[in-house]
Amino acid sequence: MSYGSTEAVRGIDLDVHRGEIFAFLGPNGAGKTTTVEILEGYRKRSGGEVSVLGEDPQRAGREWRERIGIVLQSGRLDPYLTVRESLDLYAGYFRAPLPTADVVGLIGLEEKADERTSRLSGGQQRRLDVGMALVGDPELLFLDEPTTGFDPSARRQAWDVIAGLRDLGKTVFLTTHYMDEAQRLADRVTIIAAGQIVARGTPRDLGERESAETTIRYRSGGEEIVVRTGTPVQTLHELTAAALASGEELEGLEVTRPSLEDVYLELTAEPTDGSAG
Amino acid sequence: MTGLALVGHQFRYDQKAFWRNPASVFFTVMFPVILFLILAVVFSGEEVNVRGGIDATTYYVPAIMSLAIISATMQTLAMTLVIAREDGRLKRGRGTPMPPWVFIAGRVGNSIVVALMMLVLLAAIGALFGADVPWGRLPAILITLVIGAASFCCLGIALTAAIPSQDAAAAIVNAMLLPLYFLSGVFIPEDQLPDGVISFADLFPVRHFFDAFFDAYVPAGGSAVSWDNLAIVALWGVAGLLLAIRYFRWTPRSG
Repeated sequence: MSYGSTEAVRGIDLDVHRGEIFAFLGPNGAGKTTTVEILEGYRKRSGGEVSVLGEDPQRAGREWRERIGIVLQSGRLDPYLTVRESLDLYAGYFRAPLPTADVVGLIGLEEKADERTSRLSGGQQRRLDVGMALVGDPELLFLDEPTTGFDPSARRQAWDVIAGLRDLGKTVFLTTHYMDEAQRLADRVTIIAAGQIVARGTPRDLGERESAETTIRYRSGGEEIVVRTGTPVQTLHELTAAALASGEELEGLEVTRPSLEDVYLELTAEPTDGSAG
Repeated sequence: MTGLALVGHQFRYDQKAFWRNPASVFFTVMFPVILFLILAVVFSGEEVNVRGGIDATTYYVPAIMSLAIISATMQTLAMTLVIAREDGRLKRGRGTPMPPWVFIAGRVGNSIVVALMMLVLLAAIGALFGADVPWGRLPAILITLVIGAASFCCLGIALTAAIPSQDAAAAIVNAMLLPLYFLSGVFIPEDQLPDGVISFADLFPVRHFFDAFFDAYVPAGGSAVSWDNLAIVALWGVAGLLLAIRYFRWTPRSG
């Protein structure tokens, strides 16, 4: 899979199940958008096999497009149409659309339904964008970085809308560079860095990956002691038993496991030799 | 929806967006009207030495109509399509089952309806200033309008390929059309232009369209339908269509 002369992604092997939210997670420039645009049929690939809903997106036609919905990474709305009109316009493109009023409710814009899109906040515009991808009642939705640049409350509202898609039985292919977004929304996560897949699993699996080492920290005599251990119960028991016996308090005692964020940062760190582009 | 119903659907929303866009309404609807009023007042009572001598108002009605038709078609399409392209709206639309030609047909339909409306509006205002509406020429006027509007639509769609960004759209379109309006006798009656200017303008479609429209609208003109001028306009249109098919893009140039 390449464009121009540089290969953007290679050896990507993805398997998305019906009805799940699948997160494709990676830092900016990792190749997420290239991959998703190949799956959406916008971009031609230089090699490999792709099947989306049983068809090759490069050759799929109108019938296939009835079954997918796309939210692009950056796409503005017609500023002169209202929320309802934007949805009605898109509903007309599909054979069996959802009722517009239902979609307005699903994206939480009931009170803005008759406002022009130019009067919506960034978060509201993005939710309308999701609504326009949803109004055709597709089986599969692609969401390319749906919350980039949002403030926390707008992100939370967008997350509620995306989580709601699963309840509708939709399959969602979500790209994001936010670990917490993937953790919050996804059933399964695949992490990409520099065009290659570096990890995959459920959010829980990924958290437990490389977490064999637990870190125990405390201060003793003003000095910070750090112990890494694969058997935290055993080590902690010995430490505290010794402290009890000597009547010493383990000041600032802390037992931590690497957070998902730590795992993610470690997995997607640029190699120091700079061979990745 | 079937193809044609879908075109109607798209057209309805294009109409809404057109009339709510202050720039469209000003430049496409108000500007030609204001321009006509100014010219009609300034040159009222003067005679233009064209086709045996006609009243200046009678000259400016088909002149400003030509400008309004080009503005509703070529200018409106080039500007709004570039803006929609750079907004990512064309790309979003391509991700739906809507066939691409439906989208273009809706926009072209919008332009032609606005062009027809401007014809009626300017004819009515012209009549107030004493330029009689040539009812007997209606078939010739409509034939000329449709061939011209369709050709300038094609040119407008083709022109989008040469416009890299939203900011550049107005500048490029105006830099092309404004000089041609001057050189083609739309603003300044052709009897006052130096020799050679019109023959230079004859290299471009604006002059031929104005000439054809003048023939259709002014009874003192030649035959009602100026087929030779329309053939040249249509050739430009076909060239535009071929360029548009080859170079039109649905995805933003930037980003």
